[in-house]
Order: sequence, then C-alpha cells, then structure tokens
Amino acid sequence: MNILDYTAVQLSEKIKQGEVKVAEAVEAVFEQIDKTEESLNCYVTLEKEKAFRQAAAIQEKIDRKELTGPLAGVPFAVKDNMCTKGTLTTCSSKILSNFVPTFSAEAVLRLEAAGAVIIGKTNMDEFAMGSTTETSYYGVTRNPKNPEHVPGGSSGGSAAAVAAKECFAALGSDTGGSIRQPASYCGVVGLKPTYGTVSRYGLIAYGSSLDQIGPLTKDVADCAAVLTAIASHDLKDSTSMEREDTDFTAALVADVKGMRIGIPRDYFGEGLDPQVKDAVLKAADVLKSQGALVEEFDLSLVEYAIPTYYTIAAAEASSNLERFDGVKYGYRAKGVEDLHPMYKRTRSEGFGPEVKRRIMLGSFVLSSGYYDAYYLKALKVKALIKRAFDDAFTKYDMILGPVAPTTAPKLGESLSDPIKMYLGDIYTISINLAGLPGISVPCGEDKNGLPIGLQLIGDSFQEKKLIRAAYTYEQCKEGK
Amino acid sequence: MANMIDDATIEYVGILAKLALSDEEKEQAKKDMGSMLDYIDKLGELDTSGVEPMSHVFPVQNVFREDVVTNKDDSENILANAPGSKDSMFKVPRTVE
Amino acid sequence: MAKQYETVIGLEVHVELATKTKIFCGCSTEFGGAPNTHTCPVCTGMPGSLPVLNKQVVEYALAVGLATNCTITQYCKFDRKNYFYPDNPQNYQISQLYLPICRDGYVEIDTPEGTKKVGIHEIHMEEDAGKLIHDEWEDCSLVDFNRSGVPLIEIVSEPDMRSADEVIAYLDKLRLIIQYLGASDCKLQEGSMRADVNLSVREAGCEKFGTRTEMKNLNSFRAIARAIEGERNRQIELLEAGKPVIQETRRWDDGKEYSYAMRSKEDAQDYRYFPDPDLAPVYISDEWLESVRSRQPELRTEKMKRYKEEYDIPDYDIEIITGTKHMADIFEATVALGSQPKKVSNWLMVETLRLLKEKELDPEDIRFSPGNLAKLIGLTEQRVINSTVAKEVFEEMFDRDIDPERYVEEKGLKTVNDEGALKKTVEEVIAVNPQSVEDYRNGKEKAIGFLVGQTMKAMKGKADPASVNKLLKELL
Repeated sequence: MNILDYTAVQLSEKIKQGEVKVAEAVEAVFEQIDKTEESLNCYVTLEKEKAFRQAAAIQEKIDRKELTGPLAGVPFAVKDNMCTKGTLTTCSSKILSNFVPTFSAEAVLRLEAAGAVIIGKTNMDEFAMGSTTETSYYGVTRNPKNPEHVPGGSSGGSAAAVAAKECFAALGSDTGGSIRQPASYCGVVGLKPTYGTVSRYGLIAYGSSLDQIGPLTKDVADCAAVLTAIASHDLKDSTSMEREDTDFTAALVADVKGMRIGIPRDYFGEGLDPQVKDAVLKAADVLKSQGALVEEFDLSLVEYAIPTYYTIAAAEASSNLERFDGVKYGYRAKGVEDLHPMYKRTRSEGFGPEVKRRIMLGSFVLSSGYYDAYYLKALKVKALIKRAFDDAFTKYDMILGPVAPTTAPKLGESLSDPIKMYLGDIYTISINLAGLPGISVPCGEDKNGLPIGLQLIGDSFQEKKLIRAAYTYEQCKEGK
Repeated sequence: MANMIDDATIEYVGILAKLALSDEEKEQAKKDMGSMLDYIDKLGELDTSGVEPMSHVFPVQNVFREDVVTNKDDSENILANAPGSKDSMFKVPRTVE
Repeated sequence: MAKQYETVIGLEVHVELATKTKIFCGCSTEFGGAPNTHTCPVCTGMPGSLPVLNKQVVEYALAVGLATNCTITQYCKFDRKNYFYPDNPQNYQISQLYLPICRDGYVEIDTPEGTKKVGIHEIHMEEDAGKLIHDEWEDCSLVDFNRSGVPLIEIVSEPDMRSADEVIAYLDKLRLIIQYLGASDCKLQEGSMRADVNLSVREAGCEKFGTRTEMKNLNSFRAIARAIEGERNRQIELLEAGKPVIQETRRWDDGKEYSYAMRSKEDAQDYRYFPDPDLAPVYISDEWLESVRSRQPELRTEKMKRYKEEYDIPDYDIEIITGTKHMADIFEATVALGSQPKKVSNWLMVETLRLLKEKELDPEDIRFSPGNLAKLIGLTEQRVINSTVAKEVFEEMFDRDIDPERYVEEKGLKTVNDEGALKKTVEEVIAVNPQSVEDYRNGKEKAIGFLVGQTMKAMKGKADPASVNKLLKELL
C-alpha cells in the first residue's frame, strides 16, 4: 500500500510499528505536492526543511516511546489564519504578506505536542471571508476532484490538501461553514466543534463569537483523533470552555440504535440540488437501517440565519480587522506622509474587495443611529435561533441535512453576486450562531463526480454523538 | 430597493473604517451595501420584543486572571514585524498635536 | 446691567489602578521601563492574541464604587470602543458603555455654603493607551506600548459643580477616597489621575443647560482652575457676541492659557461600541460584593472622627495628618508602638512638614519608619538626647531612615548626665566670663542665657539645658 493511502491514524500506527519512518511520510507528501500543487495551489507557504527537521525530532521521540498517541509522526497542514511561530502567516491577505508570528496558536501547539509534523500553511479566502477560496491574494485553490471547480471555503486549501493527499490531515476554521462546506465539496470529513472547545488563542479573528478551529480529515476516525488532540480548556482564551471527557475516539462505535435523528423540512426546500437531496436522504436511510429513529420536523427561522450571520460577522470583523493599520506589523503603504492617509492607503491596498465589503457593512451596522436596528436586532434573532435549536434537541439527538445546496460550483461563478454566494451558507451558518457542533461526511457524488456532503448537527457538547453516527454511516454506507 | 445608500454615507463609513475607495469601488459599495441591507431588513419581520440580545451563546462568566506578573521583556519579538521602528518604538507618521 | 452667568461643570476622571499587572495580560504596570519592555502580544494588539480580565481590577472598581455610594451593576460587560490612533494598538479600546460596573453614586464636598453632594453618573473599567513620543530629529512619532493596557477606572460625575473651587474639592475628595482604598496613588502630575472637564455656561436662573465643551490635558489643580476660568470666559464672550458654543473636545494649553479645538475631518466621534465577544461577562454575586464591603478600610471622614475621639490633638493636626493616607498610616503605627499621640503629631506637623517643603516632596514620599520615629520620641522623653540633637537625628532619619538609637550611640550624641563633668565645665565658663557673671549678679536675668549657651557649646550640645541652667543658678 502506498504511504499516501493511509489515514492519519493508520500512518501513525505504521510509524510506531517501525514500518514507516516519519521522514518517509514527509517525503511522500512532498513528492505528492511536487506533482499536484502547481495546478491545485493548496498552500500559501510550505516549510519543507523545517518539516524534515521536525520529522527527525519526532522520530526520536517515537523511538524513545515518548510519543505514543494516534497522531505521532503524521504530516499536517494548518490553515493560514492560525499563528505559527517563525512561519509566515498571511490569512491569504496582502496586508499580512510579510507577517511572521512570534508565537503559535494554542491549537497548533496541541497538535505539535501530539507529534504532528506541520508541513505548511494552507490557502483560504482572505481573512476567512468567502466560500470558494477565490478571494485569496495568493491565487485560487482548485478542487482536486475537478480543477475546473472551487474547493469551497474558506478552508479550501486545507480541504483540498487532504483530498489531494498533499497532507494526511489539516486544521481549518469555521465561522459560518468554512470547515464543513469545503469538506463537502472536496469529499473529506470536516468537523466544527462546539464553540469554546478548541482555543481561539492564535487564531486570527474574523467573527470572534462564531469562529472555531476544527479538523479536516480523510475519515471519521482521524477526525476524532485530531479533535481529541486539539480540544483544551485554555486560560488564555476567555471563551474557552472546561469540558470533561474529551477523548472523542471513544465514540468510534458503529451503533446508532435508538438514536433520534430529526430532518428539518426547511432544509429540503427551494434551491436544493435534487442530486444533493437524494444523496442526503439516502444517507438518512442508511442510519435508519442501522436502528436510528429518523423523522422530519420543522426547525423554523432557517431563512433568518443568513442576514443575522452577516450582520454579526461583519460587525465583529470590522472591529477585529482594525488592528491591521501598517503600524505594528504587515503591509504599510509607501510614500504617505500623514497618519490618516497612511491608514487609508495601507488598508485600501492591503485588503481585497470581499474583505472591504464586509468591513464597510460591519462599520455601518454598528454606526451611530443604526446599532439598534441592525446589530442589536441581529443579536435578538440569534437568541431566537438558539431557542429553536434548543427546542429541537429536546426531541432529537441530532439534526441531519445537507451541508450546501449544491456541489462545488465552477471557478468564477460565485463571486459576481454576493447575496447568491451568501445563500450557499444557509445550512451551515445557523449552527455557528447557536455555537453548536456539526460534522460533514462524504455521502456520494453528483453526476459529474463532484462530492456531496452529509451534515450532522448536534446539541452543545455532543460531538461524541455526531462522531458515533458519522462513524456508523461511514462503516455501513454502500460500497463499504 | 428600500436602502438607498448615498455618497455621503459611503464617505462617512470610509472614514470610520479607514478605507479610501476608488470611484468605481464606491459605486460598487453603494450597490452591495444597499442590497445587503435590504436583505438584512428581513429580520424586521420577526417580533423580537422582550428578547434579550444574545452576544455570548453560552452563559460563561467570571473568567479571570490573578494579578501576578507572568511576562518578561519581549520587546524584540514585539517589534520584530514592525514596518518602521526606532529606539525600540514603533515609528508612525507624525501625529498632530 | 450685565448678564449674570452660571458655570455648569461635570468631570470625567481617569484613575490608573494600583494593580501589579495590566488589565488583560500578565505584563507589569511598573513605571519607567525602557520602551516596549512591558509589552506582550495582547497589549500590542498582535493578530490572534486574546484578553483575559485581571480580577483585581474588578475588586478595585467595586471598592471605589462602594466608597462613593454607587449602585453596583452585578451583571456587567465590556464593550469595544472603536477609533484609530497609533497609541491604541487594536484600534479599539476595551471599555464599558452599556453596563458599567457602578452607577448613581455621590460624594460630599465642603463648600462655603456647607456640604454639597456631587453626583457620580457611573464608574467604568477600561484599558489605558500607549504613549506617543514626537521625534525631535525626524518628522515622525514613536509609539511605546508600556502603558497600553494599564487598568483605568473612569469616574463620570453629574454636571453638579459650579466653580473651580468645587471641582478641586471634588477631585481632592476622590483622591483621598481612592488613596485610602489603596486603589491608586492618584498623582495628577504623573498622570495616574487625569481629569477631563465638561463645561457649559447658562444665564443665571435659567433651567436649561448650555452647550458644553470637553477639555483635555489638565495635569495639575492649577491648570484645572485656569482652564475652567478660561473656558468660562470664552463661552461667555461667544454668547455675548451672539455666537453659538459648539459641542467639541478642546485641548488646554496651560502655557498659553487657551484651549484649542481638537476636531479633525478624520475624527468622526462615532465609536461603534458593541459588546466585546472575546470577554466573558462579569457577575458580581451578593457574597462577592459583601466580601469587598467587609474589607473596605476606614476612610478619611471616619478616621477624622475617630482621631478626634481617641487622641488629644488639635483639629488642624487631624486635618493635615489624615490629608494623605500615608501620613495617617505613619501616625497610627507610631502611636501603636506606644508613643504619645501629641508627640507623634508634633513631629509630623513641624519637622516633617518643614523638611517636605524644603525638599519639595509630597507626604507620599515620606520614607522613615514608624518604628524609628517611636525610638526617637523615646530618646527625647528619657532625656537621652536634647531637642536640638533630636532635630539633627530626625533629619538623618528623614533622609535615610536611620535607626536613631544606634545613630546616637555611634555618634556619641547622648546628653552628659555626669554631675561632676558638668559642674567642672560650668565652673570653667563662670571663670572665663566675669562680665556676664557680674551682669547677672547685678540683676540682668538675660545674662544667664549667654552662660547657658557657652556651657552647651563647651559640652558640644550634649548637655540638658535645664540642668545647666539649674547648676549655674546654684553656683552664682
């Protein structure tokens, strides 16, 4: 078997058994990168030398039995909005084109402590604003299943790198679907944890109340192993939650008997591609055949999630991105004598159109006279949306639906109409508003061979139920 | 379109957000912001009277640090990415007094 | 007859809290470090950094709120105030707008018309900005973030003051309360207490407030008094000329005695406050509040009352000694060591105040320990040293906090009580000063003073003047 065909957990097992060396795994990944990266552009930065140095150090620790975990020796990719000490971190923006952090994100440190080898930083929509990885300053990333199509976004580089075997697993971040949707488009597993499960320290913020880091992996077992490694109660992040029992690999049990699964009728209406609908409902049937109790219900408020999300996310982003001003780090416009023109030129030249669009919107909804009508209103609707989910979870263990209305669109199709692009987030966005966990699992392909994702949404802190159901589905689906 | 964003609004938001838009970008921003706000106006359909605005999704409170010095001199790292520095300080265009 | 105008003043007072670390990170708040040596990713706004609240900041804010009769907001939050400036590393300041920690309090001040209440609208917690230095050699400014993130409370008064005297009485009252609580040293000159003045004028008898301006950059009581006078006159002149007062922020230039408008085209004054999503709300339970209340130290008013009851010292002394917490602490600690209150008070009121004035120091700068003051008082009471020597020893103590007992021993300053030695010296003095002896015997009482002086001189000051006097009279 080719090294690249192993899952992360399988690879680590082979390494611990001495059948594969860490350096060989790193070598294999870089060989693959040499073959496909030019056409796919999954990475903004590759750290080949550093990766080999790290591989040697980790190999030693594995040999001394100091590293025994399921991710020891596994080559990983990290989305370029997580700080990595000594490695360029751009958020796929010109404004951070020269930014080298002096500390690493907590999630990255956790991954490194588990023995992962970080080989590079993946491309993304600029500051995670977008659903296609086309708003990157460093060029588009292409979908490995079909390079004419986008990989989704904003964690498109991470999803594509896993799908193209340019790494064994990756970290992404999800503010409105940015892990689950590209996972769905690229045919990999992606999980957005409950808000507060993974520390945001070192994650360059987009929408602070919505952002969560999570895994993008080849299968559910890898996903559980990565989540176990990165989940932590971090005192540096005031929104980090103290959770008990974060060994998510314990949930890798193929059994859903008696599990109550609700399918929101509102998720299967207008705008949903029939091929996606069929694949998702077929997946529901698989779970039903395994003993899950599946029924339809009305979730309500679904159509209000997008305007709520864009108000809150844009408002927070407008403030979070104020620090990029050409004073302390990053790009500074040349030849400007005065302070305010320096700010304006730096930011106008440093940010791309989508980022500017959201900063403008966010600044407006917070401005004097509009705060109550827009921002406060959105916070109230958010409370209603959370309530709707709370009601649903009194009846169901989880909610099942599609990840996105369609499979991956062609390059250049989405950006022309922002509203249309935003509508693509309809099934993913509300769970960020409610802080809930959600997982995307491949559940088939459309007639053009583009992957389709199944989304399972759990109540707060119920990742284990999701992992269990996703694992059951993965084990029992057709062709397995 | 209900929300007509005018030139003055774009100008004003540009000052708040510190963005200098080209004429073309301004036209686009007017259009985009107008249609986004129309879309957001949909929220007005919902009766939210008596609903507490929810900024934090979980009722976490009282997350504190103790008052103990934990950081040492890190000025070298802090200044490592500065576009301009002098005498261990960040250099900026002269601020008007 | 010329119109009569009334000045209406409200104050926004910023106080730097006496915490060891900054409000949202573990950097030291110590003054005077080399540029950017007390900084970290959090207080310099590095991408990915996150704030975590220093609990002591909340404790201090609560203590001040309780001492100023405020209602405590038991569920309070932090908000972001968004504005771009290089000393503001995130380009938003973490502050409190919607739910400030304290509201609706008051303090009482003394005015010629009697006691007056000045209302406190609110007290909120926030972070300080960094420091901007204007380069002397190049056309640029330089930013030092050592002060960035130092915790502040902002105390916003109601527009209840009517004169510079009332403003100063109010500030002095706040300063004393906060110093007594140990929440800040409140030094105006060093910027640990700063006041912005909101001022408007209206015709006497008019109910409606006039348009107000806000004045910044006031760093002494004198500057505040002059700025109030200057701004009052400026506004009256405008009104008399039929021109409107514009609501704006002005910067007081104390050298030129004039204020300048600070507005610019790029300054929209629209701060887009919203709840900071990075910080959890603060919930102050009844138990927490009670424990802060139970730990509140005795404040000045109570202390003055107690001194009056417990110690036999003049009201004026009480006023001065309790005028700073540091001096009151020294007083009480010295008395606790067994010294007579009246004696302790005398040392503080006479010699201490004289030396402070001479050396241009504040009472907070007193360095001698109560233990050494008690020893010195003991030495004089037991007549081990005379008062002249005691003053000399005290000066040393004031400068270097020396141990007076050891010092007197080492320098050989003890009063000579050896009757024989003293008698011998007195006899010698009588022998070499026949004229004075003659004068005294002829009834010139004053002459004995000269002889005492001569004896003291011969004894190098180490005699007890009363004993010398007595001996002289016997021998003559």
